[in-house]
Amino acid sequence: MSALTHVSAGAGETPPPVPQPARRGRGWVPYLLLLPGALWLLVFFVVPLIQLFTVSLQSQFPGYPGYYYRDLNFGNYVTAITEFAPQFGRSFVFAGLATFFAFCLAYPLAYAMAFKAGRWRNVMLIAVIAPFFTSFILRTVAWRQILADEGPVASTLNTLHLLPGGRITETWVAVVAGLTYNFLPFMVLPIYASLERADPKVIEAGGDLYANGFTTFRTVTLPISMPGVLAGTLLTFIPAAGDYVNAELLGSDNTKMIGNVIESQFFRVLGGFPTAAALSFTLMALILALVFVYVRRFGTEELL
Amino acid sequence: MIRWLGNRFAMITALLVLFYLFLPVAYTFVFSFNNYKKSNITWNPEGSPTLKHWKDPCGAPGVCESLVVSLQVGVIATLAATVLGTLLAFAMVRHRFRGRGTSNILVFVPMATPEIVLGASLLTIFVQGFSNIGLQLGFWTIVMAHIMFAISFVVVTVKARLQSLDPRLEEAAQDLYAGPGSTFWKITFPLVLPGIVGAALLAFSLSFDDFIITNFVSGNETTFPKFVYISYLRGIPAQANVIGFSMFVIALALVIGGQLVGNARKK
Repeated sequence: MSALTHVSAGAGETPPPVPQPARRGRGWVPYLLLLPGALWLLVFFVVPLIQLFTVSLQSQFPGYPGYYYRDLNFGNYVTAITEFAPQFGRSFVFAGLATFFAFCLAYPLAYAMAFKAGRWRNVMLIAVIAPFFTSFILRTVAWRQILADEGPVASTLNTLHLLPGGRITETWVAVVAGLTYNFLPFMVLPIYASLERADPKVIEAGGDLYANGFTTFRTVTLPISMPGVLAGTLLTFIPAAGDYVNAELLGSDNTKMIGNVIESQFFRVLGGFPTAAALSFTLMALILALVFVYVRRFGTEELL
Repeated sequence: MIRWLGNRFAMITALLVLFYLFLPVAYTFVFSFNNYKKSNITWNPEGSPTLKHWKDPCGAPGVCESLVVSLQVGVIATLAATVLGTLLAFAMVRHRFRGRGTSNILVFVPMATPEIVLGASLLTIFVQGFSNIGLQLGFWTIVMAHIMFAISFVVVTVKARLQSLDPRLEEAAQDLYAGPGSTFWKITFPLVLPGIVGAALLAFSLSFDDFIITNFVSGNETTFPKFVYISYLRGIPAQANVIGFSMFVIALALVIGGQLVGNARKK
């Protein structure tokens, strides 16, 4: 994560961390510094999550839709997950595809920035972040226009008879394309940060020893950038799996993801709170499990 | 020829990817000049391009009100999150204490949680818990939520800057008989300041562009992204494109300006 924030903080070259002296004595100072922020996170992150969990176990008053009582109704989870299994599956498949495509696009870009850009490096870095400055909803709507039936992409493909269904919007292709687009910079920046830290001489040495460009890439460059790839994968996959804006604006009823279900259960289905809470909690549990497997496997320092 | 392409493969792909990144921004810009009749989704060649939306950026009902709300939320949330996050970062980098691991997790997990889960959990606590003490969904619940998710990003940014500081600079100051207070304000703080400024800019841009969490906790209050999302069905007014693109230009100018100042200082 530091990769992303480093870059967006405008630090072109990341200085290496310096070992910090530990301060001893005056044991209350750190707690005083910690207190306000930790308290805020406690009240607005931890407590709401506990509340979400209790809501996910609530039952409805029979005959009073929209009124709930405290309960330990684990059945909510069973009904929610079985009823919305397709949307759950879609979320993970779409997010997985988007992460894969984002990687394919991000790697050459990050590689070019780190090794080929020379004095254009900072310009390219700003160019990667700059699209963020336009509201992401406006950009997603722009994709709707670009991919629309009468738009340039669909009409070109149609004249070439390359589009079997005749359209791109309201298909899963549009949703995955939107997700890939929206979270691409989150993939580029960490990969760039890890490549930038690498010593170009190591890669040159690889070239000297193997002579073959592809082998050098596979055995030297890719392993060096692995921490960035892993951080980028998480930073792309997590928001993509929970997103509902792309599916709403670019997709159809057949491409709804779990985020769409959670949103509509909360706002448009009377008595949907327990189901929505159960779905949210399941999503969070699945993603946190994924993150912890990652962190366990590859260490925390690169991610934090 | 193949060799030439092989050498430039990465650079060519990179430029194509950058083109892909900027395409929707260009669309947003172009459609701010559209003389559309009903909805600004297709280009109307009659009378386009027109400057009328740029001359009257508040012409569509609600658009400037939502922009003002977004700016107010952004400023308040940024100030609060930057202060809280900077204090947290100092505690976590400069001190060894019990519960440091737990605080690390407390800061990390909100970033690894999908926004929709953050929004959903805040909605349940606001509606079923805090409303009992008179807190209704609206402006202040948006601010509270934005402070919450921005803190973690501030911590990570400031932490990175603090960790790269050379402790010898502070030791030198103390060798020269500077007290802890003047060491902090004359040495440490100025050195960390770029990190804090960067963190604040990041916090503001996260807050300004947030839609998912805001949508859950905003009640009837409308921020700029929410305005765009809501008006999508009826057709987004071109004024939204004008404002969206202007924000893009302002932010870009700030970043480039910051880079130039930074480069000038290095020399």
